[in-house]
Amino acid sequence: MRSVAWPRKARIALSLVFLIFTGVIFLDPARWIPVTWINVITWPQFAPSFLKFLVTGIWAASGFLLFVILTVLFGRIYCSTVCPLGTLQDIISRIRRRILRQKPLRYARPQNMLRYIILIIVIISIIAGSALLVNFLDPYSNFGRIMANLFRPVVLTANNTLAGILEKQDIFWLPRTPWKSYQLASLGFAAAFLILVTWMSAVSGRLYCNTVCPVGALLSLFSRISLFRISLDKQLCNSCGQCSKVCKAQCIDVKSREVDYSRCVACFNCITACPSSGVVYGIAKFRINNGKKKFEAAENGHRRTLLKALMVGTAFLSTKTFATRLTGGEKPTSIPEERSQVSSPPGSEGHDHFNKNCTACHLCVSACPTHVLQPSFLEYGVQGLMQPYMDYHSGFCNFECTVCGDICPTGAILPLAGEHKKRVQLGVAVFIKENCVVYTDETDCGACSEHCPTKAVDMVPYKDGLTIPEVNDKICIGCGACEYACPTRPFRAIFVEGNQLHIMADEPQQEEIILEDTGEDFPF
Amino acid sequence: MKRREFILKGVSAGLVTGTSLSIGGLTGLASVLPAQSTYDLVAVRDGEPDVMFDRAIASLGGMAKYVKKGQKVVVKPNIGWDVSPERAGNTNPKLVGRIIRHCFDAGASEVYVFDNTCDAWKLCYKNSGIEKAVKDAGGKIVPGNTENYYQTVQIPKGKRLKEARVHELILNSDVFINVPVLKHHSSASISLAMKNLMGVVWDRRYWHRNDLHQCIADFVTWRKPTLNVIDGYRVMLRNGPRGVSEADVVLMKQLIVSADIVAADAAATMVFGSKPEDIPHIRIANDMKLGTMDLTRLNINRIKI
Repeated sequence: MRSVAWPRKARIALSLVFLIFTGVIFLDPARWIPVTWINVITWPQFAPSFLKFLVTGIWAASGFLLFVILTVLFGRIYCSTVCPLGTLQDIISRIRRRILRQKPLRYARPQNMLRYIILIIVIISIIAGSALLVNFLDPYSNFGRIMANLFRPVVLTANNTLAGILEKQDIFWLPRTPWKSYQLASLGFAAAFLILVTWMSAVSGRLYCNTVCPVGALLSLFSRISLFRISLDKQLCNSCGQCSKVCKAQCIDVKSREVDYSRCVACFNCITACPSSGVVYGIAKFRINNGKKKFEAAENGHRRTLLKALMVGTAFLSTKTFATRLTGGEKPTSIPEERSQVSSPPGSEGHDHFNKNCTACHLCVSACPTHVLQPSFLEYGVQGLMQPYMDYHSGFCNFECTVCGDICPTGAILPLAGEHKKRVQLGVAVFIKENCVVYTDETDCGACSEHCPTKAVDMVPYKDGLTIPEVNDKICIGCGACEYACPTRPFRAIFVEGNQLHIMADEPQQEEIILEDTGEDFPF
Repeated sequence: MKRREFILKGVSAGLVTGTSLSIGGLTGLASVLPAQSTYDLVAVRDGEPDVMFDRAIASLGGMAKYVKKGQKVVVKPNIGWDVSPERAGNTNPKLVGRIIRHCFDAGASEVYVFDNTCDAWKLCYKNSGIEKAVKDAGGKIVPGNTENYYQTVQIPKGKRLKEARVHELILNSDVFINVPVLKHHSSASISLAMKNLMGVVWDRRYWHRNDLHQCIADFVTWRKPTLNVIDGYRVMLRNGPRGVSEADVVLMKQLIVSADIVAADAAATMVFGSKPEDIPHIRIANDMKLGTMDLTRLNINRIKI
């Protein structure tokens, strides 16, 4: 009898579509992908949509629910198709086994204790108001960080090289995009995580998904009772073990001809591999002993150390050194900017809401047109590790732009209407007169006021016809344009003190201009 | 180093060819035009931006006087801000489009447009309406958002500004048309033609840090634009250079065109309602003999539509 290949092929095709689309939104060098597409692409991602549902309560945001239902019906197809990290691991696993011709997989016992303890801790942490563990363990967010921190620089380098080549031919449609996100903490974490899943998947297929991943553990509870499932036909199966060798989840025990549905990710490799059509995917027969199989309590053993290895990534120190290049023999400034807290992005409502709901996938970091959003290290404290913050030395928040809120998949940054966004105060500018060029050099500058979109930083008379900045904190929105533009180094003469809780700034008051008629057509 | 030398030589060679050609071109034009144009500056008012430019350039002898067949032209408007044309933070897109068409009519091989913007550059290009205007007119809109586009030049006659990193288009083009918008400016009092040149360099912070007005004048010693076209159609009278709302803007319908950058700035300053000698960088440039702010010494054509 011929083996059936189409379910596996369909699964591979679908998973590649999800992998490519999800990857591309992080790699897009020139923001070609429209916001609505990004939202469609991230909608089915489990952990982000779950958090977004908790935040907004909007059913339309509940992509995760669809996959709970689909898991009950068809098994963990989220894990085999939608999850980009799952597909990434499949590719790694395939490279090792097919191209490097390493030994095939074999059945392994489940690590139930470990995975369910992790799941319980993650759920408790979410209830307790911390996104930190989801941040560390969620497959989508980790995939996002791998893309944004490791692959994006490669793509941008290629993009900028190509742009340079095209420019030589007088073609300018491809713009260069500078790379500014080199925060070592998130880069190191992403690299460590990639190494970890590479190793885990190379050795044992979907080991991460079935021992560490909280999404995998949660869905396993539903796939245990799934309607459609893999089973070994007792008549046709001759226990040759071919299915077990290609089972990424290592969940087919050919000796007992039992499949651990909780770990099965519905990849359908086994159906294709079976030479005797003994692997069947169909509606579960109601057999009493199926549900309560004798899954031995997991021996935790050395695999727990994997979790420790994961945590090692956080030990990387951020070496954020601000550009302190001095030019032209100018006097360095002496008074440090004493910022007690950073600003969280507009729409995040403040540190508390943001820290509770951001899983640090870095989608906003990739999409931010001014690069003001940068991964943090300890700027928010440990609970906000790697979550993006407003880095006003890297850029400033474009007044009209609402992209981060428009695309945030978790609801950590909520969408803001344009006019509303222009009044949301993330922080307040603080002027250090003693650092200011006008004070130290007695020459005009005004770079801060020039960039200010509300004229909260205005130039007022100083002396000898000079003007000096003055801050109106009522209308300041903390966009950081002043801080970004300020030319003094190493310390700037103006900086933004973050607001713990965002508030609404006053609207700038505008009087009408009345022009006098001079009675002449030209003044010269 | 070698590349820079090559480009600099290329520019000077281009300028020499341009000059020799323009003499031939002028004699040809003189027979066509009813009156020989000897104006130093043209001021037009009360028309649409494109119509005012048509009148101004005709009275100067046509674009052919400045752009020769096959030459590459760079048009540098102000595209600094992510604001709509009504906010007058950027040069009027209609004016930019019309200038490009005149350049092509005069035989330009390519017309490039760029700015080193302050707000996010893609949004500035798009929302200013300039990207579309440039494309519609057949020009090329070029990014200026990364340092790679800029090359170091020496400014030997500069007092404070001794070198700058300049966009390669300025170095590689034969003709440089500077198209600022007339507006209030919190740093430089008024933003005009000389101030607009801050958008062709990479490191503006150095200028702010090292006597802004002197640096603005110093840069003009390195290169003067072929032509300066100051857009005074909508004028931001306060809260410049970005503006807070449309309440900062009045409709003035003015246009100043001159090859003398200091004279153009002086005239526009008076339109704005200030005195040129009160604007430090205009005064400095006048004293450094980069042009004249004394408009009584110039032959001015005043056109009211």
